[in-house]
Amino acid sequence: MSKPQNVPGNVRSKGLVDYLNDENVRAVLYQIVAIGLIILAGWYLVSNTLYNLEQQNISTGYGFLDLEASFEISETMIDYSAKSDYATALLVGLLNTVKVSFLGIVLCTIIGIIFGIARLSSNWIVRKLATVYVETFRNIPVLLQLFFWYALIPGAFPHPRDALEPLPGVLLTSRGMYLPVPMADTAFTMMGIAAVIACVVIYFVKKWAKKRQDATGQPFPMFLAGLGIFVGLVLLAYLAGGAPTDMSMPELKGFNIRGGYNISPEFMAVLIGLTVYTSTYVAEVVRSGIQAVPNGQWEAADSLGIRRTVALRKVILPQSMRVAIPPLTNQYLNLTKNSSLAVAVGYPDLVSVSNTTMNQTGQAIEAISIFMSIYLGLSLLTSLFMNWFNKKMALVER
Amino acid sequence: MTAPLSRSDTHPAFISVENLSKRFGDKYVLEDVNLHLPKGETMAIIGPSAAGKSVLMKCLVGIYGADSGHIFLEGDDVSQTNAPKRFEWAERIGMLFQHNALFDSLKVWENICFRQIELGTMSRKAAKEHAIDLLGLVGLATESADLTPNDLSGGMQKRVGVARAISTDPSVLLLDNPTAGLDPVLSNHIERIIGKIAEQRGTTVISITNDMQIARTRYQNLMMMHDGKVYWSGKTADIDETHNAHLTQMLNGSSHGPITMRTGKREDHVYS
Ligand SMILES: Nc1ncnc2c1ncn2[C@@H]1O[C@H](COP(=O)(O)OP(=O)(O)OP(=O)(O)O)[C@@H](O)[C@H]1O
Ligand SMILES: [Mg+2]
Repeated sequence: MSKPQNVPGNVRSKGLVDYLNDENVRAVLYQIVAIGLIILAGWYLVSNTLYNLEQQNISTGYGFLDLEASFEISETMIDYSAKSDYATALLVGLLNTVKVSFLGIVLCTIIGIIFGIARLSSNWIVRKLATVYVETFRNIPVLLQLFFWYALIPGAFPHPRDALEPLPGVLLTSRGMYLPVPMADTAFTMMGIAAVIACVVIYFVKKWAKKRQDATGQPFPMFLAGLGIFVGLVLLAYLAGGAPTDMSMPELKGFNIRGGYNISPEFMAVLIGLTVYTSTYVAEVVRSGIQAVPNGQWEAADSLGIRRTVALRKVILPQSMRVAIPPLTNQYLNLTKNSSLAVAVGYPDLVSVSNTTMNQTGQAIEAISIFMSIYLGLSLLTSLFMNWFNKKMALVER
Repeated sequence: MTAPLSRSDTHPAFISVENLSKRFGDKYVLEDVNLHLPKGETMAIIGPSAAGKSVLMKCLVGIYGADSGHIFLEGDDVSQTNAPKRFEWAERIGMLFQHNALFDSLKVWENICFRQIELGTMSRKAAKEHAIDLLGLVGLATESADLTPNDLSGGMQKRVGVARAISTDPSVLLLDNPTAGLDPVLSNHIERIIGKIAEQRGTTVISITNDMQIARTRYQNLMMMHDGKVYWSGKTADIDETHNAHLTQMLNGSSHGPITMRTGKREDHVYS
């Protein structure tokens, strides 16, 4: 449209009909109409709700967040009691959601990659087992799977009185798993710092090793060296901190088990359920990613006498990642969103805490708006991270 | 059936394929293929599409195992993909794939010296220098070393493929359509390089082509395939015009199946 109109004969001035027939003009008009309708609908909903709330004498706003929550939450990662306020309660729920989602994403990726590769194995049994796993858990609704795991764990394990002890100090009961944990000590802070230092050292050693290999071709056993540096430094910090050996051991006191670290059956059910379910999708993403790489790439590596495992790592997987990252992002988002089903087995995630909150305060709209924004935020963060990762992978190829 | 190319026993066959058959599912893609090539000689394989040319080459390089028959390389039986001698031979055979099959995840120079880098037989620095030398040989600029295959034109990719095939200075060079898709000047250049390599380094070269002219002028031996069988093989010098007409007609593919060349002068080389 911005081109100068120097075509002779095209001098007729445009009438209204001509404008309406112009595609660009029409597109703008449609957009104005659409936006107008959305604003109208939004205004109608909001004003209606406000009117109804007023009629029921419910005050709006987020003031309730400062009030005392006065309900207990069974598992918390931060200090929380019934005396804490609603904001803290919601934070506890958020942290529980993040905890189970994060662990779920890490585990489902590892398991998914293993099963995805296994589905392409040349070994018949491995291939069939992987297929059965994927097809079974992919086709059962995730909510049912959560119920299944939640029914299985308390059912399969004994009452705390007769706790199973598969490893010394590790107790398995119908109330979950209990692990011994070291008593808090300054040595552990020092170990944490040592771990960070170790990572920095490893980073520089890796850089040096790459430089040396570029120059001389000599490969450097980076994995072993890295492991050595990490374990060595952390161990050193532990010894320097006086090598504390006090452990908090789980023990039966009365009818319950005290001490140690408790992994609740609810948490286990949610984590296992989400991990297993999502890992089947990750396996499919990995499998199709590998299959998307032309067979010729395998053959070319083969003709050079390169082992299949090396070809997989150096040639095939980098190319599969390119196609696999976007659908993988979808699966991570699904897992995060599916974690809201945790409420069904009583794991105190964000939705569960929000439910209690809105029941007690009647501030349904506010509570829902909070957890919806949080899920949106979590999803956007995941997407941003995966976009960054995608770009990085694409850059490596250049 | 077996008619060794070189009747004179002064050259023992360096590459020797005996009654090789290969099938995918129930379909025989290669049937009773025989091929004998002395060390340092060159051979063109020619034949219509789906004749099994590429499959034969992949059997030679060890991607597919034989269903029956044998492949001997300098007396080593390498008919099966897991043959003990296979790994040693990987170093001594270079192959250019029909569709190049360059590794998209690696830079051009890493592609060319992938084997050396992975097996640690060359430092990365030396490998890159070696790759740049080879790029020069096939007429590509030094700058292309740091590009990825996706950044290259089709003709450039083909030349990188050739460079990768010759990077270990192999004693057997297998080229699946080295000049397909190249302009005549470039195609001549590549054929000249291949000829030079065979001559100077004593490399045994087998090359698939669709161009009868190139096959006759650039290669010492010719094997013509059709439907998984060897249809004709012999010295290119022995092809006279009657032959040529038949072979060309064959190549240009009437769909009527092989034409038996009872009228040809060298019936002993005719298979049907
Ligand atoms: N991996 C495979 N699995 C199944 N069939 C195959 C495979 N590779 C090749 N074939 C079949 O083998 C036959 C011969 O294929 P090949 O690639 O050797 O033909 P070609 O002579 O190289 O033809 P072109 O000149 O078109 O490249 C074809 O019918 C093809 O479909
Ligand atoms: Mg082919």
